[in-house]
Formats: sequence, structure tokens, C-alpha cells
Amino acid sequence: MKQFDYVRPATVAEAVAAAAQPGATYLAAGTNLLDLMKGNVSRPDRLVDVTHLDGLDRIERLADGALRIGALVSNAALAHDAEFAKSYPAIAEALLSGASAQLRNVATVGGNLLQRTRCAYFYDTASRCNKREAGSGCDARDGENRAHAVLGWSESCIATHPSDFCVPLVALDAIVEIEGKNGRREIPLDELHRLPGNTPGRESALEPGDLIVAVRLPAAARGFAAHARYLKVRERTSYAFAIVSAAAALRIENGKIAEARLALGGVAAKPWRARAAEDILKGVAPTADVFQEAAWRALSDAKPSGDNAYKIELARRIVVRTLTLAAAGTPARIPALPASPFASTSGAIHA
Amino acid sequence: MPELNLTSAPAHLRHGSSIGQPMTRRDGVLKVRGQATYAADNHPPGMLFAVMAVSSIAHGRVTSLDVAAAKRHPGVIDVMTPDHKPQLAIDPEIKTNPFVFRMEVLQSDEVRYANQPIAVVIAETLEAATEGAVLLAPRYEMLPALVGLDAGESFVPPVVGVGNPAEIHRGDVEAGLAAADKQIDAIYETPPQYHNAMEPHAIVAHWDGDKLQIDMPTQGLMLSLGRVAELFGIAPDKIHIRSPFLGGGFGSKGLMAGPPVLGIMAAKLVGKPVKLVLRREQMYGPVGHRAPTRQRLRIGADADGRLTALDHHARTVSSTFDDFYEPAADASHTLYAAPAIRTSHDAVRVNTGTPLFMRAPGEATGSIALESAIDEMAWACGMDPLAFRLKNYAEVEPITGKPFSSKALRACYDQGAARFGWAKRSLQPRQMRDDAGLLVGWGMGTATFPALMFQAEARAAIRGDGTGAMEIGAHDMGQGAWTALAQIAADAVGLDIDRITFKAGTSDLPDAGIAGGSAHTATAGAAIHSAGAAVIAKLADLATNDERSPLFGAGNAGVIARDGRLIRRDDQSRSESYTEILARAGVAEVEARGTGAPNPAAMEEYAMHAHGAVFAEVKVDPELGQIRVTRMVGAFAAGRIVNPHLVKSQLFGGMIWGMSFALHEEAVTDRRSGRVMNANLGEYHIPVNADVPPLDVVTVEEHDPHVNALGIKGVGEIGITGSAGAVANAVWHATGVRVRRFPIRIEELLKGL
Repeated sequence: MKQFDYVRPATVAEAVAAAAQPGATYLAAGTNLLDLMKGNVSRPDRLVDVTHLDGLDRIERLADGALRIGALVSNAALAHDAEFAKSYPAIAEALLSGASAQLRNVATVGGNLLQRTRCAYFYDTASRCNKREAGSGCDARDGENRAHAVLGWSESCIATHPSDFCVPLVALDAIVEIEGKNGRREIPLDELHRLPGNTPGRESALEPGDLIVAVRLPAAARGFAAHARYLKVRERTSYAFAIVSAAAALRIENGKIAEARLALGGVAAKPWRARAAEDILKGVAPTADVFQEAAWRALSDAKPSGDNAYKIELARRIVVRTLTLAAAGTPARIPALPASPFASTSGAIHA
Repeated sequence: MPELNLTSAPAHLRHGSSIGQPMTRRDGVLKVRGQATYAADNHPPGMLFAVMAVSSIAHGRVTSLDVAAAKRHPGVIDVMTPDHKPQLAIDPEIKTNPFVFRMEVLQSDEVRYANQPIAVVIAETLEAATEGAVLLAPRYEMLPALVGLDAGESFVPPVVGVGNPAEIHRGDVEAGLAAADKQIDAIYETPPQYHNAMEPHAIVAHWDGDKLQIDMPTQGLMLSLGRVAELFGIAPDKIHIRSPFLGGGFGSKGLMAGPPVLGIMAAKLVGKPVKLVLRREQMYGPVGHRAPTRQRLRIGADADGRLTALDHHARTVSSTFDDFYEPAADASHTLYAAPAIRTSHDAVRVNTGTPLFMRAPGEATGSIALESAIDEMAWACGMDPLAFRLKNYAEVEPITGKPFSSKALRACYDQGAARFGWAKRSLQPRQMRDDAGLLVGWGMGTATFPALMFQAEARAAIRGDGTGAMEIGAHDMGQGAWTALAQIAADAVGLDIDRITFKAGTSDLPDAGIAGGSAHTATAGAAIHSAGAAVIAKLADLATNDERSPLFGAGNAGVIARDGRLIRRDDQSRSESYTEILARAGVAEVEARGTGAPNPAAMEEYAMHAHGAVFAEVKVDPELGQIRVTRMVGAFAAGRIVNPHLVKSQLFGGMIWGMSFALHEEAVTDRRSGRVMNANLGEYHIPVNADVPPLDVVTVEEHDPHVNALGIKGVGEIGITGSAGAVANAVWHATGVRVRRFPIRIEELLKGL
């Protein structure tokens, strides 16, 4: 593979300085980056290894009731943190439905947010891809695109963001803490990923050198613990990206939905928060009819980008189902097949 | 390579014979300790690394390669291209025998498919060679790519599979259809599938003067040896191939493919040992694959549910430069007693590597279409799918009229159905649900695979210390040849398995034939059996001709070999140990050879097939369409079972592959470029552990006196057949939606849910 510099900064400030150089990129677990490098899709000149930085692997409860998750906490460590899983069950379920146990053991919170699309045309360097090479064109647009975006796509790019973790995070108003050249700042996760527009290569709000140091869940996120689910339709029972997924979280008071949170995965270049659908659910009783209405509202702007019209109908159905499951209440234990339609299959062995 | 230290778990039951014992694999301990040496584990001193650069276009010509840039990269030693390579002794385009397929070994700048090797970079490290291959930055003159089952003018191939006629019929199909009370006319599609053995193709090649040492996984040591000798113009005895373990073969490692030849050429070019291992995505091109098919089945049945006609047509593809045709329609030759059967094939040429053998070639693709269509016809007749199959049970092979050498399929149906609880199945689809409200469906399929045999030779010896030896160039692909063949060997020389040295896996041993066609245990086993009998006969000669022996005068036929002794058949109190016989005769060792081969007379008289019945339960989410197999039962009759433990594993593997065929596997090919877009194990879906349900395998007792001396039929491929159809039929039974394009995709199912 291409020769590159490898640097291991001792502090966050050194890391930011090292990564601000052109051609530099951060390396955490590398579960996506190393594949991209082996496939010649990414050709960085310099890897800035952040895995040895102190203090980024902690899960902390803050004084205001928020939870701060260090960017280097592994997906597995977070999902298996009993207190975390109890307070944010949909997030734990989403984490456990992603990748494989081996990958979850190394993959990090920060890296998960910044994983690249799984669009095959992005990975195939012989194909035209505006995301990989600005202005080259999009071979996915008329290609094999049954899994591509149905929301927020453009003629330039129809790729989706593959993360499971981000879907309930964005539903619960997660905030991303960033260290950059000009110090620390924070933005809502919903504003981290960008829709493609005419510049699909510009995937996030991050500037050169910006390092995600933590993800924060505001205190209010805990209020949904009793009614929160993540559901994922995929083409095998485990180790597959979502065709469509949904996270639903409800705060139910006196038989009515006091507040609803809903987000979709696998449908757009970012985890898709469905605020208009949330508005429909506010203040009403959790019924099948209202869930149907919310589902229609959530997908009202959807349109196929190729052979994927079925994803719109599937997304509606998964919204209804996820809301139904959330309304029924978070199960006492995370199912053996997390986020799976077969979660309730008896005798299931953990995926 | 040091002697292999093969051991087995200590507590095996013994009832006087090794055959039939469920021994654990003797190479298991080596494997779990990482001590089993696979080809790519060999690192001879001075070894260099070779990496193939492959074409990103499917059709055209390479117009430039930046060799200078690659060579400037630190660590790169040389770049092998069409203009800079060792000359081969013969043109690789020449087909010297029917088992030679054309390969791309840099003979020209022509590109015939995506992922075709176009250069090889040789470097001191894998990383340098990999980057060197990138720096070549090939430029192309691109021509339109032929892609898919409608790529061009179709034609009827001269033969399909290995020498089968493209069209064959018995009886008048059109008359049968016209007379039918019920008709099915349906089209099924199966996708291209690619080999994804855990171990990709790999070679370590080492020239020592005019001698060539090769470490390479192969399912055909002697075929490979012959091909290498012919390509490089050297005598076969100058070549030594070691292939003690394969990390899976499945038909992709049977015949010499281009990439290992490139490894040998690279070693010759640089004068040093060279290792070349295919990257996962490079498996999707030059090493064979399963061709896509579009199959039309027309079936007629009378008012009683008896078949009147079966017409099975398959469209498939071959490459633009060679001929192999997936014989999918031939799956309809043996199973169902239609009075009129016609099978036919046509094909188009596309820009892919030549499709070749992939586990149950023809049988797997044909079976899922046939079993689906039979299921559709059972439903059309208002009959239970098992009752329908029993009503149309073939007492003789339908296409030939020959009797079966043995056929315990009825017992497979009975035992499989009983184990599964089939009797409780609803006739109507979409009637069953579980507690969680998921749709539940039950489906079945009949499994069948021909009982084939090739030719093999083995050498047996009995030594003065009372131990034995058996040598045969057999192949352990993971199926357990080290164990099962040693069991046969132990019985063949009348010794406990721990008292024999069993050698296999190298090309200096007697030819074991190819490990393919589910025929290896039968073929190599027959040779071993015969070599053992021959060496025992020699030993018996020494004893029975010696008046000092208690066996004197018993004659060859009058002794049996057991536990290291020869025993008079008519008086078992009279016996003598091998040690005593050899010591008295003053002979250090007796040795003999034996052969195994098919019996043409028996083949003329009988149809020889293994059979089975597979039952599957699936659950389907009624709104979301996601499918999960929750239970499978397979009952198989495959003649004598040498090792029930290993056979079960083989059948499990086949059943899982069948499920994969129905629900997962598909190479997604870009219809414009001809490139496979999911050439990696993340996106080319095969079942993961969470997809594999509890599997139940029953081996049904079957005695076959005709197939071979040991009565072995083989189990390597049959497990896929029947299973794929059973899963597809279960999906229909769960949902009422008949999907005829495989793998079954959620969007197809959603249309009907």
C-alpha cells in the first residue's frame, strides 16, 4: 500500500496540529479506514493515531444529568455498560445490532460517527463517484442502487450513511464535542453530517484538524428509557448494514405521548431525524392510526433514487413497527438478536 | 514440511473396524493450534511477494502500464507484463484436453473480463508489491462489455457440464403437456455466485535449477502437475507439489487456474521463491464461478396428481473465450417419474472469467428451480408437497429407464418428515404463525447427486514391526480425507488406525484422482481398499506357503486380516501376527499397489445416485419481509457412511449453502461495466452464525453393492440440492408469495405482503 507517515501525538492539541496538515487523517480503530486504504479508496499521507490519547475512553455522568461518552470508548464497552444500556436502551440495542462482536470490540464512538458510506461505487475506484472525486459523476445513479438513499439525495450523490449507532443518537439530541484549531466547540449530531447537494465529498461539518472528543447525551435523553427501541431490517440476521432502520423513543404520560423522538437509518446521507412525524405524535394516545400517520409524514419527502422505491414503503412500515414496540415498553433485557424483527424468537443465540 | 502429527481424540468406540466410526478429524488438533501448514504459510528463505494487478474493465485492451513508476517504489524488484515474462512452453490458449481451460497468464494485452490479471509486481514485501500494482495505473482501450443473460445472440452449446448433451428427451413432452389436467409454466432465475473459500488461491513457487517446488492448495494434484509440466516444458518428475490442507476448494481449486501459474512464472523471472496470494476481490474473476441461469419449467399433471410431462430449459452464460455451461436442466433427469421429460440448454457469451465448477454445478441451480416448480404443481393439484413427490416417485431413472443401483429415498422422506413433524403442516399457505405473530412456513425439497468415481492408485505396505503404511496423493479440503481415508486404510490392512502411517497431499504419492464430483472418498477409498487387499494377499502368501506357519495351506482366500494378525477363516483359533510372518520369512516389509476405478458394466446397467429429503421451517415478518430459517432437517441416503461425524459436517455445510442459495448469495454485477460490485465478504452475503438454525441430519442406511467395492456414494455436494428449494418453498408457505428470482429479496416479498 501507499507509504504514509504515522504519528502518535501525546495530547489532543498535538493531535489537532498534526491532523490539520493537508493529507492527514485520524486513525482510531481503523475498522473502516484501513479497508479504504487497502482498497486504495483513501490514500492519506499521514495517519494521526489517537488511540493512545488520555481521557477519551471514559463514560461520565455530568452534573446537569447529561452523559458524556469519550470518543475512544469502544462500541462494545458502551453497549455492555449496564447503566448506559438501562438509561439509553435504544442506543445500546443499535450498537449491538451493528457489525460483528469482533468489530464492536475495537470500533470507537468517534469513528462510528465518521464512517464512510457503503455505496459500492464509492469503494470501486474504477467507477465515477462525486464523493470520492469531485465532479467525476455518479455511477450509482443508474447503477445497482436498490439500497441507496430515498431522502435528502441529490443528482450528485445517492449514498447513505450506514451507522446504526447514530440513528438513536440523533433522535435523542446527541451533541458532538469537537477540538479544533480554534479550541473546543460543540454541535448537535444532527448538524454533523451534511446532505450531499453539489458537494458530496464534504460529508461533515468538521474542518481540517477537527477531532471529535466526545458525544454528549443531554439530561432529557434519559426520559425516554421506558419506551425506546431500535429496529433494523437487513438481509441476514447479523453482520449486515440496514436496508432501513428506525429509532423511536416516547415519553408517555397518562396514556398520552408527551414527547416523541423518531429517526431513520439507511435512507439518507445522514441519520434522518423525522421531526414532522414527532410533532404529529405529541400529545396524542399511542395508537396504530397515529403511528401510521406519523410514518406517512416521516416519508412525505421521500423519493426513489433508483430501484429502491420499496425502501419508502419499508421505511413507513418500520416506523409503525418501531413506534409500536416503543409504546409497548422497553424490554427488561436487550433481546438476544438486538434490533431484529426476530428479537422475540425463542431460543435465539446472541448475534 | 515435517511429518504431520495426526492424532484423534482418544475415546473412540471400536467394534473391530475403523469404517463407520465417528472419529474426530485427525488434523483437528493441528488446525486449532495453528500448526497445520497451508500453502501461504510457507516462507522459504529469500522469498519475494508477488501481487497481481487486475483489470478494472471487462472488455478491451491494456494500452499502457507505468512500469517505471512501480519499479521506482522502494522494495519493488520487478514487474511482469506481457512484454516481460518467462516464455511458456505451450500457448495457454491451446486446450490440450477437455479439463484444460483457458487462462490469462499475460499472453497478450487483451482484456476479456474484469479482475483479469494484467501484470504481476514482485517485491520484497507484500506492501511494496501491493503499492507497485497500484502505481502501474493502467490505461485501457475500452470496448462495450457483454453482461447478463440477455447479452447477445443465444446459441445451443455443444455440451453442458462435463460432456452432457445440451438437449435430451424421453417421451413426447408436448403431448404430455397437452394431455395434462394442470399445467405450470414458470421462470426462475439464479444469480452468478463466486467462490469464497476461507483460503483464497495461493502459491509459493520455488525453482531450484530445473526443479520446481510448489506449495499450493489443489483438489487435483496430478492434474495440476500435468498442467504445470506442460506449460513450463519440464518433466513431471522435476515438479513437487505439496497440498496437505486446503481451506476449502468447492471446485475452484480442481483445475489449474491462471494466478498460480503467474506465481510460478514470477519465481522463474526473478530467480527466487515467490509467494502469490489472491486478494478476496481477486477471487471474483480468474478462478471460476457459478454462472447465472434463467430456467423455464413447464410441467403437466393429470387429475390424480401424476406428472404427464416435465420440460426444463435453462439459459446460462459462458465466457467470450471458453466453454463451460452450467448443466442446470439436467437436474430434472433423475427425480420425478414423468413419462415425458425434455431438458435443454442455451447460452450467451459474456465478459466474465469462464464459469466453472462450484459445489453441485448444475445440480444446485437446477434443483432450486425444479423443487420450486414441483412445489407449485403440488399446490396446483391441491396436494401436500410430500404426497405429491411420493405419487411421482421414480422407481427407475426417468430419463434412461435404468434401475437404480440403490435408492433409499422413500426412507429419507419418511424419516425426515417424521423428525420434522411434517404431518402437521397446513396445506394452504400463510396459515401458520408463532407466538410473536411471525409468519411460519414449512417447505421441502428432494436432494440428489450422482454417485461418481474417477481413477486412483494407492500403495500399501506392512512392515516387520507390525505397522502398516498407506500412501495416496489424496486431498483434504476440510472434508476430512486425512481421517476418513485413513479409516478405510486401517481396515484395508487389518490394523488399528494408530498402527498405520497414512500419507497424502503431495504429488510424489500415487494419483488419487481429483477431489471433486463428491467422488473422492469412493475413488481414493477404492484404491486404498484394493491396495490393502493386495498387500494382505502377499503377506498371506508368505504364511500359507510356509509349513512352519499355523496358516499353512489355508490359501489366500482362507485367511482374514484383523488386529495385525492373519486368521484362518475356517478356524479362527489359528492365527499368526504380521510380525511373526515377516520375521520368519526374513522380509522387512511387503508392499503392493491397488487401483480404484468406476465399473463400466455396472454403470451401463444401473443409475447411481445419492438421494435425500430436506425439510425447512422459515419465519417471515409479515410487514417487514425479513426472513429467517429457524429449523432444517435433512435425511440422506448415500451408501456406506465411512465416518458419520464428518459426513454430518459435510451435509450441514451443504444445507447451509442451500439456505444461502435461497436467501443470500448473489454477485451484484454492474450492468454497464461488468464489474462485480460486492466482491468482498462484507457485502457478498453468505450466512453468518446467527442465520444458521439448529440443523438435524439423518443418514439413512443404504447398502449399494454396485457403486464400488465399499458401497460409498459420496456426500460432498448433495446437501445443497433439495435444501435451497426447501427454504424457497417454506418462504412461499409462510407468505403465499412465490418468488422465482433467487436469492429471495425483501422487495420481491414486500410486493405480496
